[in-house]
Amino acid sequence: MTDKLNIEIDGRVCEAAPGEMIIAVADREGISIPRFCYHKKLSIAANCRMCLVEAEQGGRPFPKPVPACATPVGDGLKVWTRSPKAIEAQRGTMEFLLINHPLDCPICDQGGECELQDVAMGYGGDVSRFAERKRVVKDEDLGPLIATEMTRCIHCTRCVRFGAEVAGVRELGATGRGEEMRIGTFIAQTVEHELSGNVIDLCPVGALTSKPYRFTARPWELTMHDSIAPHDGLGSNIRLHVRRNQVMRIHPRDNEAVNETWISDRDRFSYAGLYSEDRLTKPMLKQDGSWREVEWTDALTLVAERLKAADAADTGWLMAPNATLEELYLAARVARGLGCANIDHRLRQQDFRGDAADPLLPWLGVTASELERQQAILLIGSDIRHEQPLLAHRIRKAALAGAQVVCVNPIKLELNHPATQLMGSPAQMLSDLAAIAKVLGARGSSAANDLIGAAEPTDAQTAAAAALREAGGQGGGVVLLGALAIAHPDFTLVKGLAHAIAAAAECRIGYLPAAANSLGAYLAGAHPDRLPGAKPSETKGGAVAEILDGTSKTLVLWGFEPDRDLIDTAAGMEAIGKADFVVACSAFRSAALDEMADVLLPISAFAETSGTFVNANGTWQRFQGAVAPPGEARPGWKVLRVLGNLLDLEGFEYRDGAEVQAELAALCTDSPLDNAPRGDFDASPASASGSGLMRVGTIPIYAADPLVRRSTPLQQMPMPRCELAVYLHPQQAAADSLGPGDIVYAQQGHQGARLRVILDDHVPMGCARISGALAGSESLGPLVGPVSLERVKNP
Amino acid sequence: MSFRNLPLAIDHERDKSTLFTPEIRAAIDKHIAKYPSEWRQSAVMPALTLVQDANGGWLTQALMDDIAVYLDMPPMSVYEVATFYGMYDLEPQGRHKVCVCNSISCMLQGSEELIEHVEHKYGVKPGETTADGRFTLKEVECLGACRDAPAVLLDKTYHEKLSPDALDKLIDDLE
Repeated sequence: MTDKLNIEIDGRVCEAAPGEMIIAVADREGISIPRFCYHKKLSIAANCRMCLVEAEQGGRPFPKPVPACATPVGDGLKVWTRSPKAIEAQRGTMEFLLINHPLDCPICDQGGECELQDVAMGYGGDVSRFAERKRVVKDEDLGPLIATEMTRCIHCTRCVRFGAEVAGVRELGATGRGEEMRIGTFIAQTVEHELSGNVIDLCPVGALTSKPYRFTARPWELTMHDSIAPHDGLGSNIRLHVRRNQVMRIHPRDNEAVNETWISDRDRFSYAGLYSEDRLTKPMLKQDGSWREVEWTDALTLVAERLKAADAADTGWLMAPNATLEELYLAARVARGLGCANIDHRLRQQDFRGDAADPLLPWLGVTASELERQQAILLIGSDIRHEQPLLAHRIRKAALAGAQVVCVNPIKLELNHPATQLMGSPAQMLSDLAAIAKVLGARGSSAANDLIGAAEPTDAQTAAAAALREAGGQGGGVVLLGALAIAHPDFTLVKGLAHAIAAAAECRIGYLPAAANSLGAYLAGAHPDRLPGAKPSETKGGAVAEILDGTSKTLVLWGFEPDRDLIDTAAGMEAIGKADFVVACSAFRSAALDEMADVLLPISAFAETSGTFVNANGTWQRFQGAVAPPGEARPGWKVLRVLGNLLDLEGFEYRDGAEVQAELAALCTDSPLDNAPRGDFDASPASASGSGLMRVGTIPIYAADPLVRRSTPLQQMPMPRCELAVYLHPQQAAADSLGPGDIVYAQQGHQGARLRVILDDHVPMGCARISGALAGSESLGPLVGPVSLERVKNP
Repeated sequence: MSFRNLPLAIDHERDKSTLFTPEIRAAIDKHIAKYPSEWRQSAVMPALTLVQDANGGWLTQALMDDIAVYLDMPPMSVYEVATFYGMYDLEPQGRHKVCVCNSISCMLQGSEELIEHVEHKYGVKPGETTADGRFTLKEVECLGACRDAPAVLLDKTYHEKLSPDALDKLIDDLE
């Protein structure tokens, strides 16, 4: 049955696979058939009837035109898409579709890029024969991202099918019948799913449009620039739509291997942050406590002088993991050129004891498209939908295809697919992993073996281990480590156990990259013991924890905000405050940077610089700048090139970013995508300490980086379970005599914050879920670490 | 609509044994048992009927949500079914429902006359309830009784070949 067969479309012989629909073959051959409801990634509804074609099979004509989207090919099938009969059917359908569609194209945001408009040009009549009243449909407010004009809806149901099949949440539905049919939420709620913005692209008419973009531009005014999304580790392929040096909106670009045809709302709407009011547009210098705008040359000369004069051992470079490859590489070169190996990008990691055993280039372990074909996935410490929305979609696909998904997490996730969720405190996570390892007969480092020895596997753990072993035996198992594993105080042991499990179950192991260019940072050498090409370095520098231990005298902060993007914001800011000289290279100003830095250098944000991101697969994706940076902000790689020149370092005569990339690429020819550990992940457990509460700090999806935090539409989105509050299990709250709404002082170390208590059974006993990266969370300590709660008597 | 990955099952994390009454749950369970275990949601129509009958002939959003919980299905799917079919009512109804078929056969045989008669005599338009709450007049799609049109569904009983007088008599017998 897998044999190819030949069919004939419009007289052309086309090869087709049995079971394929006519429209899929025609699309491949470039024969256009009008359609509204058909979409290659969604199920077939065949309800718009626009794709009617004339056909015959084996010499016998079909008695009436057939829908090309729902008619499978067969031997001897002949199709005519442009015959008089087909055209008549298509024209008839068009007339019906236009009956209730308003003639408001001039005020419709979809005008100029509307599938209905386009098809009506080809198949519509000049004058409507419909003289009766058109129906009018009341609009619904779907939230800050999606604008509605439901009178324009032609009921193709693409958005409904997207919700059910891709997002996994039935937020939109078709209620009512016949003339009364409506697309909507029925109960007037915000559409919250992290991929829901895709319905804007799916909608063939102007019923669902982008709210932030609405009425700001016409499609024919926009120029398109290919780019790469700067947030999660997937590196979604996107297209920036630019008008007069401003990014107006972002659409996905098809790339089956990366983002298929989707992008997350974070990738789609974060551009709004580019136009926030606190963009840094001039180099600034702090003198006697007040900020003064200076020229680039003055600022860079000063920075060069201070860096040169500084003791390299007391200097540290902290790089954002979504800086471009070129920036990371040049920064690493400047730092090492000055004899300083204290450079790191792992801002949300606290346990660096496993550095020596870490794989040289920790990557996803499987490609994104392989991920959806796994049969068992063990997800360790990841709020996957918030961290990697589209990889979560791949995992969902795998789960729906029958894969066993097991999560070992300090929170219970809201997943929209079947999964076994083992929820437990950070210490319990280690026991859960040890128990799975024990069932598999895995052995690891001595500390891991102690845990494995002490484990008593439960049924769920045994079943998880069995699923992994079975899938691993068939080459379809993977163990993934996410951001909550990275933030774990015993990340080393988590890694050790994960590697032991993967080895014993013959599964692959993968690291979910923290940000868009985490892999790039390893390749660029922005890591204390990696040289460019992810090669191990002889001289080991200090990791983030060491750079921010309070002894650094000179610090360079690149592209992040110390009050939001560090794992331990309280201690981090204290350490930065102690430094004598702090250079912050940032696209944005913030109160914290103003307070802590001595020099502010304005660098380009996303879309304003060329660069390269290396995604979770290890794929290099280069992009060009699409708009000029505001004011005197300059692309980061240029700033570093000039700095290199001022420091008289050799080989900083790059003419363009591509040259920087080519130089690094030449060093990366043999960079291994190999997650095998280089040693033992041995460390005594630090998280198993007694009875105290542990904070579980997830990073909310729309708080992940400085750009997202400044995107107004995204900030208006509800983020359930991610308010700045203490989420406690009801029983835990009862044990601590706390109730919902109580105000508590959450203390970590010698600082803390006043927070409200919210009861939530998705948090395990012994834990307090307090999100990080939110305004007000900066006075707290490690994202995962001990916390004490004390009720505030008179709030 | 047939989705690619049916059925979309949702664990609502609510205790099913607190929903409805034990009798209603038992009745719904009987219908659930007719389908494969992963197709609980196939019982949505009888469940809606049972719950509506127990609630004085209409459904609230909360009840529909409860059915979604009981059948592990997305609430939206319940709303879709409940809004599609004419026999489910989402607003308070009279003590009885007078459902006049107004599809083609009945219309040709005088159903519009029936509706006009009831409108005139009792002062209710289709979808409205009489002031005394005795009955709600509903205009419904084909009842499948074309042979003996015009047909009226009075609560759960079919009455066929009706004249305005015959319908009057039926309505007068309602309490």
